[in-house]
Amino acid sequence: MFETFILLLDSTVRLSTPLLLACLAGLYSERAGIVDIGLEGKMLGAAFGAGAVGYLSGNAWVGLMAGIGVSVGLALIHGFASITNRGNQIVSGVAINFLAAGLTALLGQSWFNQGGRTPTLSQGGRFQNIELPFAEALRDVPVIGPIYSELLSGHNILVYAAFAAVPLTWWVLFRTRFGLRLRAVGENPAAVDTAGISVVWLRYRAVIVCGMLCGLAGSYLSIAQSAGFIVNMTAGKGFIALAALIFAKWRPGYAMFACLLFGFLDALAIRLQGQELPGIGEIPVQFFQALPYILTVILLAGFIGKAVPPKAAGVPYLKERT
Amino acid sequence: MNKALHTNELGTSAVPAIELRKINKRFGPVHANKDIDLVVAKGSIHGIIGENGAGKSTLMSILYGFYEADEGDILVNGSPVRISDSKTAIALGIGMVHQHFMLVDNFSVLENVILGAEDSGFLASGISRARTELKRLEDEYELRVDPDALIQDLPVGLQQRVEILKALYRGADVLILDEPTGVLTPAEADHLFKILNVLKDQGKTVLLITHKLREIMAITDKVSVMRRGEMVATRQTAETNMSELAELMVGRSVLLNVEKQPAKPRDTVLAVEGLTVTDTRGVETVKNVSLEVKAGEIVGIAGVSGNGQTELLETIAGIRSATSGTLHIAGETIDLGTRTPNPAEMRQKSLGHVPEDRHRMGLVTRFAEYENAILGYHNDPQYSNGLFLDIAGIKAAAMAEIEKYDIRPPNPILKTANFSGGNQQKIVLAREIERDPTVLLVGQPTRGVDIGAIEFIHKRLIEMRDAGKGILLVSVELDEIRALADRVLVMFDGRIVGERAPDADERELGLLMAGVEGAGA
Repeated sequence: MFETFILLLDSTVRLSTPLLLACLAGLYSERAGIVDIGLEGKMLGAAFGAGAVGYLSGNAWVGLMAGIGVSVGLALIHGFASITNRGNQIVSGVAINFLAAGLTALLGQSWFNQGGRTPTLSQGGRFQNIELPFAEALRDVPVIGPIYSELLSGHNILVYAAFAAVPLTWWVLFRTRFGLRLRAVGENPAAVDTAGISVVWLRYRAVIVCGMLCGLAGSYLSIAQSAGFIVNMTAGKGFIALAALIFAKWRPGYAMFACLLFGFLDALAIRLQGQELPGIGEIPVQFFQALPYILTVILLAGFIGKAVPPKAAGVPYLKERT
Repeated sequence: MNKALHTNELGTSAVPAIELRKINKRFGPVHANKDIDLVVAKGSIHGIIGENGAGKSTLMSILYGFYEADEGDILVNGSPVRISDSKTAIALGIGMVHQHFMLVDNFSVLENVILGAEDSGFLASGISRARTELKRLEDEYELRVDPDALIQDLPVGLQQRVEILKALYRGADVLILDEPTGVLTPAEADHLFKILNVLKDQGKTVLLITHKLREIMAITDKVSVMRRGEMVATRQTAETNMSELAELMVGRSVLLNVEKQPAKPRDTVLAVEGLTVTDTRGVETVKNVSLEVKAGEIVGIAGVSGNGQTELLETIAGIRSATSGTLHIAGETIDLGTRTPNPAEMRQKSLGHVPEDRHRMGLVTRFAEYENAILGYHNDPQYSNGLFLDIAGIKAAAMAEIEKYDIRPPNPILKTANFSGGNQQKIVLAREIERDPTVLLVGQPTRGVDIGAIEFIHKRLIEMRDAGKGILLVSVELDEIRALADRVLVMFDGRIVGERAPDADERELGLLMAGVEGAGA
C-alpha cells in the first residue's frame, strides 16, 4: 500500500512538472499585465521544436535550446500583438494556439512522414533520469528508502529545474528590482511610466521569460517524459496550467501546490483506468480529465476566497489624454 | 507679458526655475497648447488656473515628459533642455503629483517610493536607504506616513503624501501638483497647503494646477490663467482677485453665487428610514441612514467621496440592494430589506436619477446622442410602439432637448463620446429633467464640467426646485452643496453625522466631513 502510494506520488511529480513550468511562465506574463491564453500553443511549439531538433542532432541540450527558441518566438509574436500593437490579448493567445496546433502537425508530416510525429529519439536526444547519491544504498531502508530512492531520486534534470524555479521565482518577484517593476506594471502601468521606466520593454522582458519557461515545459513533454513528439501532445496542459495559476492567485508557492494537486489527479486517473472501484464501478477517465477544471470552478466559487488578478492584466497600456 | 528676470520681489534667484517658450501640442485636430509662455520663479508657489480642458494638465505633462511638445523650448534653471520622457524630467529635478495617483495599490509605501529609484538590482539596500530617507523627509517637511502600510489601506490624503514623498525622494526641486485638492477634505487641503509652504521655505518651487479660485488666492505667489489652450494672463496673486481670475478663465463675467429665493418646502416626496447597505466585500457602506426630501427643496449630501454617498444614491435609484430599510415614495412604502425595486420601477414612480459617473452609468458613450437621450425611457409610448422605436420622433425630441439645454455640437447623430464633459452631463440632465420627475437624484452634477456649463446646470436645478420638485443632491464639492442646497446633510463613514444650514461655518462642515464627532455642535 505504502509502495503504491509512493509510486503514485512519483508519477504525480512527473506529471506536475510541465504544468508547473507552464504555470510559472503564465505567472511572469500575467503579473506583468499580459494575459496569456497561449501557454498551450507555446508548449506545443516547443515540444515539436525540441523533438525535431533532438532527433536530428541526437543531443537533448540542443533539442531543448530549439524548444525554447520556438516558444520564445511565439511569445514575441504575442508580445508584438499585445504590447506594441495593443491588440486583444485573448485573441492573440488563441491565434498562437491555433498556429502551433496546425504548424506542428503540418511540419511534422512533411519532414518525417510519420503522421505528424517525430521518429523515436535516441538515448542522447533525451534527458536521462538522474540518480541522486546513495539512492541505491538507501533503497531498502524502511519509509525513508522509498521516499528518497523512488520519489526524490530518479527524475530528469527538468523536473528538478521546475521545482527549483518556484523559490527562484518568488525571490525574483519579491526581492529584486525586476520583480518589483514587473509586479508594478501589472497593477498600474501608468505608475511605472511616470517613474521613468519603459512599460513596453518591461512587458517584453516578462513575455520573454514566459516563453523560456513554456519552452522548458514543452521540451519536457517530447524529450524528457517521452521519446519524441506526437500530434497535439500537450492535450490541454497549457489550459490546466492557466487554471492552476488562477487557483494559486498568481503566487509561486501556491502555484506549486496547485500543479501538484492537478498532477496528482492525473496520476490517479491513470492508476484507476480500467479498474473497478468497489461500490462505484469503473470511473470514466474523462471524469478525471475534467476534474481540474471542475475543482477550479468550485474552489474559486467560494472555498479559497476571491482570486484577484493583477489589476492591469489584459489591458493594453496607452498614455491617456488627460 | 512679463518676461524672465523680474522676480526679485520674492527675494530669490533671478534665474527662473522653469521657463517655457512657445510650447505647442496637438492631439489630432485638437490644439491643446498654443504658443504657451511661462516663467516660474525659484522658491515660489505658482498657480495655473483654467477650466477643464483648458490645457493645464497637458502643459504640465509636457514638462514632466509624459508627452513631448510638438514645438517650443523648455529651460530648467536657465539652460535649455529636451525632456523626452519622465526619466529625464526626474533627473532634472522635476517631480509631479498626478491628479489620479500613480501608485500601486497593493504595494507598501516603501515599495512605491523606491519604484524606479531602486539603487540596485536587489531590493534590500534600496528599501533600507528609503526607510532612513523617509524618516529624514518626515522630520524636515512633517510628511508623516507609515512606510510599511499598503497604499490601499491609506486614506487619499495620505496617498497624496506618498506621492509627494516619492517626488522628494527622487530629489525634486520643482514639484508639480495637478488638482491636488479634488479628493481632500477642507482640513486635509489646509494641511497640504501647510506642507507646500514648508516646501517653499526650503527653497523648492511648486507649480499648482487647479480650477479652484479660492486655493489660488490662499496659497500662490503668482498665477497664470489658461483658456482653451492659450495662456491668457499672468498676475501677482496679491494684485488680483477672484472675479478678475474667473473672468479671465471663462472670457466673460460669471456669477460665482447661484441666485435663488428661499425654498418653499411642501409635502415629503421621498423618505428613507433606517437604510443599511452592505457591499460585496461584506462591508457596511451605508449605516442606518434616514432622511426625507420635500417637494420644493434641495437636500444636499456633503462628504468626502467614498463615505457611502454613492451607495445611498444607487440604492434609492433601485440599482443596488439594501440589507434593511424602508423607502417611501409616490405614496407607497417599500421594504428594501425584503425587496429591491428595479430602476425601471423607480422611474415609473416618477424618480429621475442623474448618476454620479456619467460614463459608467449615465451614458453609453459609443451610442449616438439621440439614443442616449432616451436610455431607460425607450419603452415610453412616445418613443416606441412596443416593438419598434420611432427613430424620427426620438431624433426630433433629442433635437428639442439639444436646443433647450444648449448642447453643443447640436447634432443628435453624433457619438456621445465626441461631446465634451459638460455637454455629456447636459445630455443626461436633459433626459432626466425633461421627464418631469417628482423626485430627482443628482450625483456630482458638475464633475469634470466647465464653468459655463456649471452655471447652466445649477440654474436648471434651482428651476426644478422652484417648480415644486424634490431634489437629493450628492456632491463632493462643498461649494456646490452650499450654493444649491436648502438643507445640508453631512455623510461620514456611511452615516449622516449632522444636518446644517447651507450657510453654516465652512470649518464646521469640514470637521463634520472629516468625521470629527460633535464638531461645533
